[in-house]
This record gives sequence, C-alpha cells and structure tokens, in this order.
Amino acid sequence: MQMPKPDEATIARRSDLVAAFRDFLPDAHVIVDEATLKAFESDGLTAYRQPPMIAVLPETTEEVSRILKLCRDWGVKVVPRGSGTSLSGGALPLADGVLLGLGKFNRVLEIDYDNRTATVQPGVTNLAITQAVEGEGFYYAPDPSSQIACSIGGNVAENSGGVHCLKYGLTTNNILGIEMVTIDGEILRIGGKHLDAEGYDLLGIMTGSEGLLGVVTEVTVRILRKPETVRALLVGFPTVEQGGDCVGRIIGAGIIPAGMEMMDRPAIHAAEAFCHAGYPLDVESILIIELDGPEAEVDHLTEVVSGICTACGAVSVRVSETEAERMNFWAGRKAAFPAVGRISPDYYCMDGTIPRRQLPLVLKRMSEMSEKYGLGVANVFHAGDGNLHPLILYDANAPGELERAEEFGSDILRLCVEVGGVLTGEHGVGVEKRDLMPEMFTEVDLNQQQRLKCAFDPDGLLNPGKVFPTLHRCAELGRMHIHRGQMPFPDLPRF
Amino acid sequence: MSGQDFKPGSEEHLAEVLAHAIAAEQPLELIGRGSKRGFGRAMQTAGLLDLSGFSGIRMYEPDELVMSAGPATPLAEIEAALAAENQELAFEPPHMGHLQANAVTDGSIGGVFACNLAGPRRFRAGSARDHLLGFRGVSGRGEIFKSGGRVVKNVTGYDLCKLMCGSFGTLAAMTEVTFKVLPRAEKIWTVLAFGLSAEQAVQAMADAAGSPHDVSGLCHLPTEVAARSAVDFISGAGASVTAIRLEGPAPSVTHRATALKTMLAAVEGARPQGIEELHTHRSITFWREVRDVSPLLDGETVAGNPLWRLSVTPTDGARTMTGILDQVPGRGLMDWAGGQLWLALEPGAEDGGVDCIRSTMDGGHATLIRGAADLRARIPVFQPQPAPLAALTKRIKDGFDPRGVLNPGRMVEGV
Repeated sequence: MQMPKPDEATIARRSDLVAAFRDFLPDAHVIVDEATLKAFESDGLTAYRQPPMIAVLPETTEEVSRILKLCRDWGVKVVPRGSGTSLSGGALPLADGVLLGLGKFNRVLEIDYDNRTATVQPGVTNLAITQAVEGEGFYYAPDPSSQIACSIGGNVAENSGGVHCLKYGLTTNNILGIEMVTIDGEILRIGGKHLDAEGYDLLGIMTGSEGLLGVVTEVTVRILRKPETVRALLVGFPTVEQGGDCVGRIIGAGIIPAGMEMMDRPAIHAAEAFCHAGYPLDVESILIIELDGPEAEVDHLTEVVSGICTACGAVSVRVSETEAERMNFWAGRKAAFPAVGRISPDYYCMDGTIPRRQLPLVLKRMSEMSEKYGLGVANVFHAGDGNLHPLILYDANAPGELERAEEFGSDILRLCVEVGGVLTGEHGVGVEKRDLMPEMFTEVDLNQQQRLKCAFDPDGLLNPGKVFPTLHRCAELGRMHIHRGQMPFPDLPRF
Repeated sequence: MSGQDFKPGSEEHLAEVLAHAIAAEQPLELIGRGSKRGFGRAMQTAGLLDLSGFSGIRMYEPDELVMSAGPATPLAEIEAALAAENQELAFEPPHMGHLQANAVTDGSIGGVFACNLAGPRRFRAGSARDHLLGFRGVSGRGEIFKSGGRVVKNVTGYDLCKLMCGSFGTLAAMTEVTFKVLPRAEKIWTVLAFGLSAEQAVQAMADAAGSPHDVSGLCHLPTEVAARSAVDFISGAGASVTAIRLEGPAPSVTHRATALKTMLAAVEGARPQGIEELHTHRSITFWREVRDVSPLLDGETVAGNPLWRLSVTPTDGARTMTGILDQVPGRGLMDWAGGQLWLALEPGAEDGGVDCIRSTMDGGHATLIRGAADLRARIPVFQPQPAPLAALTKRIKDGFDPRGVLNPGRMVEGV
C-alpha cells in the first residue's frame, strides 16, 4: 500500500504554515512537537503509522473554515479526524499534510423531543448522544461496537453501522441534517429537522464519503423512543448451515429482529473462555436474536422465533428472562474481538458483506483458505444483514505472517464480491481496501465517483490516498471524447 | 437540428444514443412510463429518450429482502410481485399518474427513485433513497457505470444511489435498480381522533411518535378534506380527523391501539371529540388515499390547480399550513406528524402561491408537484438554493452530464 509521495516543497514551508495558523488559532491548538504529533500517527488500523506534518485542533466552525481556506490557498493536504477509531485507516495522516482534529467539537447543542432530533457537534461520541436523551426514554439507534469512543462526525464520514442495522438502518438512515465546510472554506447547511433535503441528496453523498468531500461541523440526528421490551434468544445449532438457514426462515416469516448475530465454533470458544457468557460449546454455530418492541409483540415473536429455531434443528434455545441475562448473552459477542486477541497474538478484522444465502459456501471456502495460508480464522457475523467479520489469527512477530494475513484477507474480500457482496459493510475503504476497489468497480465506475469528488475538491486536497487506488487530475477526468458523425444504430425505433 | 426520439433496447444502445446526443448537442427528456412528465420545470428538449425498453423484474429473493428490476417496470407490477410473497416497499411510494389531467398510466419504479418519493411511513421507514441499494445506468458522458450492490450494509465507495434518488434524471439514465424490500405487516389498525385543531393534532402526533407504541403513520385531515375520504368513518365524521397507524403482529397491534387510545383521551385541553379505530381493510384504503393525496383532489382541482408538497420541521406543520391557507384559498393535509404538507390551491393566484408559501415557511422546502406548464416555466418549481449550494449542484451535474443532454433544466435552470 503506497501513500501519495510527500511534497518536499510543502514540508519546507512548514514553519510559515504554522505561523499562518497561529494568526487565528491559539498556539496550543497548533501542534508541532514530535511527541504530541505521534499521538495522531494512526487510527484503529494500527498496521499503518505516519505522524502528520502539523495537527490543528479548531474549536469553532469559523476556525475550520479558515483552516481549510488557508490549506486550499497554500495547496496543502488535509486529513480530518474524529476520535481516530477507523478500522480502515481513514484518518491515517500524511507526512506533508495537516491533521484536522475535531475533538474539541464536543457539545450537545440541542435536543428536541417533539421532533425527535438531537443536534450535536461532530466530536460528541456515538454513545454520548444516547446518554444525553435516555433520561427521557430515547436513544440513537446506530451502535457501532466502538460507540463508547467513536465520534458522530466519524460515523457520518464512515456511514457506521452496528448490530441493529437490519431493523434500524445505518448512519445514513438516521441523520437529518449537517453543517459542513468545503475545502474553499464555504460553510454549507444541508437538511435540518425536516425529513428530506431539497435538491441533490448531498446529505446522502456526504455520509460515507470518508472525509474526502468536506468537513462536518454539526450533525442533526434522529432519535427514537426506547422500545418497551427487549429480549434476546441464544440459540445453538449443530451445523453452520442450519444456523444460516434459520436466519433466512425467520426473515421469510416476515419477522425483522432488532439484531441477529452469528458466531462460529472458534469464535464461540474464544468468547466463552474470555467472559463465561454460558454459550453452548458443543455446537458449530450460535445465533443471538434480539427482539424489541411493545411487550405483547415481543412475547408473541419470542414464541414464533423459538418455534422456527427448533424446526431448523436448534439443539438449544435460551430466552433471556432478565435484563442481566440478555446483557450476558451479548457479553460474549461484544467481547469477541478481545477474546480472539487472547487466543492469538494478533488478529486482522475483515468486513465484507455477502448475500445471506451464500454464507455456507463462503464459510467453506474460508476454511479452505485458512488451511492454504496456515492461519486460523474465527467468524462473527451480522447475520441479519449479511455483514461478515472474519478475524484472521496471526503473529506479527513471526516473519511473513502479517503479509500472509493480508493476502488471506484480500482473498476473503474477493470472495465476497464474487458471490454478489461487497468489500466493506461498515468499516470503510480507507487505505486498507483502497487497492481492492477494482475488484468491485470498473475504471469507468471509479472515475465517475472521482468526478463527484472533483465537484467538492477540485485540487484533491481532502484526505488524498484514501478510497481511490489511482488518483486522476480533475481536468483529465473532465475531458470528453466526442464521436461526431454517424447516427447510432440506424435500425433503432424512432417515433 | 430537428428533434429525434429514441427508444434503446439495451444498455449498449442507450450508450450509443447518448454519445450521439452529446455530439449532436441534442438534449433529451427521459421517460419511463410518463406518469410524472408534468412534475418539474418545463424543459426545452429536442427529443424523447424513452426508457420503456428497460422493464421487468430481473431478480427477486424474498428471503434476502431484495429485488432488481428495469427502471421502467410498472410500480403496480412490482407491488403485485411483492404482495404475492407478503412483502412490500416499506417507503410506500405514492402513485402519481392520477395527478395529471391526461395521464392514465401508473408510474414506474425508476420514476419513484428518480423523484425520491415516499408515502406516510416515511418518518419511520425512510424514503425511496433509503431503499435503493444499487443501480446501473449510462451517464451524460455516454458511459455505462454502476454503483452500490444488492446488500444493505455497503460502504464501498461513494453512495451514488443517494445521489440518483431525487436527481430527476439529470445525472444518468438508469438501466437497472436494485432495492430493499420488507415484510408486510400482519395487521394494520388506525386510531382516529376527531375534532382536533391543526395545532392540537401536531402535538398529539408528536406525543404518539415519541411514545413506545411504534406508530407507522401520523396524519391530520381538516374537516373539509376528511369529508372527501372514501372511508365512511372518515368522511362521515363531520370533524377534522387525526389518524395514527399501528402495524405488526395481531396481539401487538390490539395492545398498542388500546394504549394509544388511552393516551389520546388523557391529553389535557386537547381532548378529541371522539376516538375510533379502523381495522385492516379500511386502514389500507385510508392510508392509500393519504399516500396518493386523493382527498385533496377532485374534479375541480384536476384541471391544473397547483399542488404543492412542503417538507418542514414537524412541529412547525400546523403554523405553516394554516398560515398559508389564511392567505391563499385552498385545501391542505398534514402527513409525517406535520413534517409533510400537501396543499392544493385554488386557481387565481398569479404565481401559484409560491411567494406566500416560501415566505411563510421557516426552513424546509416547497416543491410544486403539479401545475400548468406556463406556471412551471415561470416560477421555481423546486426550492431555490443558497448560492454556494446551487454552485455545488451545478458542478455535480457537470461531472455526470457536462453537455446537459439529460433532462436539462428539469430541476433548476442550467442543471
């Protein structure tokens, strides 16, 4: 993975740039010392590290606007960063770039229960939104597993998911408005508390744009009333196929559970050893099925879903009797990553999505790959929406293992695309999957996406080196080859 | 040059046609089934690009909750196929054919996405844009491209599906759409509260939406609009009707209906004159009417009277609607808990009521959904954008359709 070559001329102007920032930012908010810059050198994808040239920590939208305008005028690259929890290297700094940290944007600005919205600054954590409204019985639905740390601005940039996407959607389905700043320093407001923005859906485009189009400085999210009752079922199956089949049958019966998670044998055993959640150890797969809603509905669905599970050959079906028991069912799933971290020196977390019915095939092929590469793999799976998180087990200190793990991971993602799925379900492309983009898209597809970037950032200064394997100049992308002369298809019907 | 119409039969044909249109500088009007031709600004195009060749369901996997179809596939065909598997489009797209005086055809699924239309369930289930998972199409550069896929969880590259929704055919001609489908509820009941004022209704709807009763429809029909309903309970009420929909498994719906009725009856100072409930059959008829805005329209208004759709902050719905109707004669109804207003204005106002509407609104946007061609040529059909957003919109258009061959000016002049 190659990052764009640092521009020596920009690095040579570093002290001038620092002075220019300090014209309008407090000295302490312009970070230049090596030790502090090192704190920003990587995000959640720690395999890649690069301290930024300078880090700036603005406190107001106006400061963000001035920073971006200055960077545009000076031709300096900018990498936006929220909490730095990206698993795909979305916030990986550049040696000749400014890191724009939004951590000081940490206030909840307004909560409007009648319109069921919360307006917050982008540095507010995902969980803090729920904490701000739960006293009144509300919550913010998307719940990525890093929710205690990840920022809502980062969630917008990555279109983050979580375990409840099947029923409640991703970030893009749960935000109503943003304030953003373009690389020109222009402050734009898109949407608000009304349900759809006018004109082209810029809110939809900004969500999941991985910091390549603009910097979000305010977010209005949709909040939901907490369901009256939440209950979980812990179901064990003698085979992975039966577990997978059961997922399809539950949905086929017209039931959309709040969450439906699957773990395979290696993941079950790792999780059980780690947190003693009471998972059955004599099964090949487990499903955790969460049902929420009014009590009468949850009672009814619990019965229906239990029946389907039994009909699918489940060898154990446990229904949570108390909130503590429900949390316990989840404890193992939520601790799956650290649990795997205990049985292997390192692990590499993948994030493909597949059509659900391809699960048995994909798991079979993955175990063949596991043998080929000589590396173990444990699977946790957002079964309801087909989002697969294989954890490849390796030892970074063993020569060649990291490279083998990366190759194994790439093979898994190619397989996901081959069976009709996608490279990334919720972690983003970033630097990690950048070079795999041609597996899913043609050059024409990718060029069209880059033309959208050109509309926002014609000089390519925002987060370059992420998402796109090949960077083209906007002037080159704008060229058209026009074929004059012949009428096309003279036999086409014309009327 | 003289106008020419095209009806390509394959993606390659379409790319050739567009390459020709680019070279000949011949802007084209895109149509699927033509039910929404009167929606948007009046255009100056040299010919038609008839996409009806891209029709038919290509893939439907009910247990995977996904369907693919040619964009010109009739909405009715899609809905019938889904109904056979007890599924539906959760965003309840309105059928708009009846809004045009001379149109008898039903719309297409591509038109639904291109116009980003959604019905009463929108505040809970999202809009068309929340359901489009992937598409194929040809850009105004004459290039075949795709975006998205067939799975719900997908963050691979920019979400161009969102951009296509609500772009009114100004960026690309789609050749295939892949979208999410969902199970249909077993039981649909509607709790009705009679005699609330618009303000009281907005508060009652906000309370219901913020309750744990998981409501899926919240609308308010003033007395004279309720009187036009085809559902006897509604038309015979002789009062305004605030309707709250509950969907789900039978035991859940009956339980929630009881709880909701108790909640409504307990509102101090805004007690309804009466509370009733509609069961599944009547509920379906009623919400279909609200979805298609039919109680606002009848013989006298079809002849080109302006019909507006406003998207506002829900709690501002009553103030906005009454504020406008105090100045311009007409009828209105509130959907989405007050967040979507439909206004059918009487003829007469020179500007179709546009100034009054947009100056009364406090945020949000207003779109003229139906109006005479000369009115659509004279006033901004879509809410004008602030200059920086308008400039960005133009740059996005240039990236997809630099020569302006796809529906130029349908939304805004120059786009």
